[in-house]
Amino acid sequence: MRAEIRIAGFGGQGTVLAGYLLGKAFSLYQGLEAVMTQSYGPEARGGASSSNIVVADREIAFPFVERADILIALSQEAYSKFKDEVQPEALVLLDTSLVTAQSGEKTLGLPATEIAEQLGHRIVANVVMLGYLCGSWDWIEAEALEKAIRTTLKAHTVELNLKAFQQGLAYAAEKEPAT
Amino acid sequence: MSETGILTGSHFMNGDHACAEGAIAAGCRLFGGYPITPSTEVAERLARRLPQVGGVFIQMEDEMASIAAVLGASAAGSRAMTATSGPGFSLMMENLGLAIMMELPCLIVNIQRGSPSTGLPTLPGQSDIMQARWGSHGDYRLAAYSPWSPQEIFDLTIHGFNVADRYRIPVLLMADEVVGHMVERVVIPEAAEIPFWDRKRANGKAGETFHPFEPGEDLVPPFAHAGEGYRVHFTGLTHDTRGYPDMSAEMHQQLVRRLVDKVERNSAKLEMSDDYEVEDANILVLSYGSTARSARRAVREARELGIKAGALRLISIWPFPEQAFNALADQMDAFIVAEVNLGQMITEVERRVRTSKPVSGVHHAGGAMLPPGPILEEIKRVAGHA
Repeated sequence: MRAEIRIAGFGGQGTVLAGYLLGKAFSLYQGLEAVMTQSYGPEARGGASSSNIVVADREIAFPFVERADILIALSQEAYSKFKDEVQPEALVLLDTSLVTAQSGEKTLGLPATEIAEQLGHRIVANVVMLGYLCGSWDWIEAEALEKAIRTTLKAHTVELNLKAFQQGLAYAAEKEPAT
Repeated sequence: MSETGILTGSHFMNGDHACAEGAIAAGCRLFGGYPITPSTEVAERLARRLPQVGGVFIQMEDEMASIAAVLGASAAGSRAMTATSGPGFSLMMENLGLAIMMELPCLIVNIQRGSPSTGLPTLPGQSDIMQARWGSHGDYRLAAYSPWSPQEIFDLTIHGFNVADRYRIPVLLMADEVVGHMVERVVIPEAAEIPFWDRKRANGKAGETFHPFEPGEDLVPPFAHAGEGYRVHFTGLTHDTRGYPDMSAEMHQQLVRRLVDKVERNSAKLEMSDDYEVEDANILVLSYGSTARSARRAVREARELGIKAGALRLISIWPFPEQAFNALADQMDAFIVAEVNLGQMITEVERRVRTSKPVSGVHHAGGAMLPPGPILEEIKRVAGHA
């Protein structure tokens, strides 16, 4: 088994952090092999940014995403740029607060930025998306991702991020935000 | 964190950070550097980590000063390192020769990017391979290693310090941007399990009769650290066993011969490599660093097509893994060298294949990791499968 995941958006949206958390959960807490690479422009914020995770149950030789099995798009630009570089049956997840799917394209979505704002800070929209991914794809164990959040983030942000993760997870289960 | 500052445990970490943690684990206590992409994260992490373990981080005014600071710390008895990329590596070349001449062990990390000149700061290359061997003026030998994963950067950082200390030579860690920036699992062992080869230290009587560059049977002089009470004199000039300048052809021959011989005689111990699917192989793919990951997949896919390909990964690029290559060379009908430059290591393979067997290259000037596709195509072409 092997899967390729691309998380793409603008610099400042936490695409790299989301990829790191996902890779860490797979690699350290689910006993799988995982590698993350990233791509970003010279700007600190605003430029195109993406993280790429390959996960497998055996050694990963080539570390880059070639044709994603999963695309998480956090900006319209990222969606347009990467929507055709995916497998035919790829899972495409959008932050519908910021991205409109092209008609006829099969996608899943939730208003991650709005949900994050309701929780107090739009900065956790990336982790809302991770919760949504976790609820939409059975490779990820929620406990593993929660552990990655707890062991990676600064202590005072852990609670907010765990809430964001739970909201995304609940949305996937109910297709509406938990209250 | 243990008392030694070693982060024992499993981490999801990039190669640059793994290098910094390898340095902490190896007991490195001085970093002198001038941050440059894509090696910056090594400096960044050590700026935070070294003070936690009583070490010193100095950001110098440039790369020439950086390596000079490292050599000073080494002479005073500390394990010391710097990290850079192509442009900085070029600036370090003169003082690399000084490290050779003064026999000051140190680790120089080069996270290679697209070159020449400023080239591609954020993108990978493997084009400093011959510079690592011949970049400083004069005859010399050293050891250079090329890791293919963050875990191996950690391991080879430690090994690099050990080799440097044992032979009193500078050791080069020639990684590339892909390996420096990719994030993977890195397992850091307990402090007691980390190999440590100490310097051979001077233990004679200090005074007029003590000669700090009097070599032992292994051609390595026992190290008298500056400040221990011994009279020590370090110079880049040709010097006698006291360390004093001696401008004669005889002394020069004697000194330079010894500096080369102390490495060449131990070449077999410095060589490192691993192989994949070579048992019945008749086509050998040679590569190193991140390119070896693509070579491995290309060989796996060639096997699925029924082609008897195998891979030899050069972990030590200098010295070239002579023993491993010689053990495999006779059974091969063809050799393929894959590297992210326009043809450097291939010349080392060509001069070792003293038959009419073909040696071909898969090359790219840099800016991206060499993917498995072109390597597989070359394997197919050589095998007559195209």
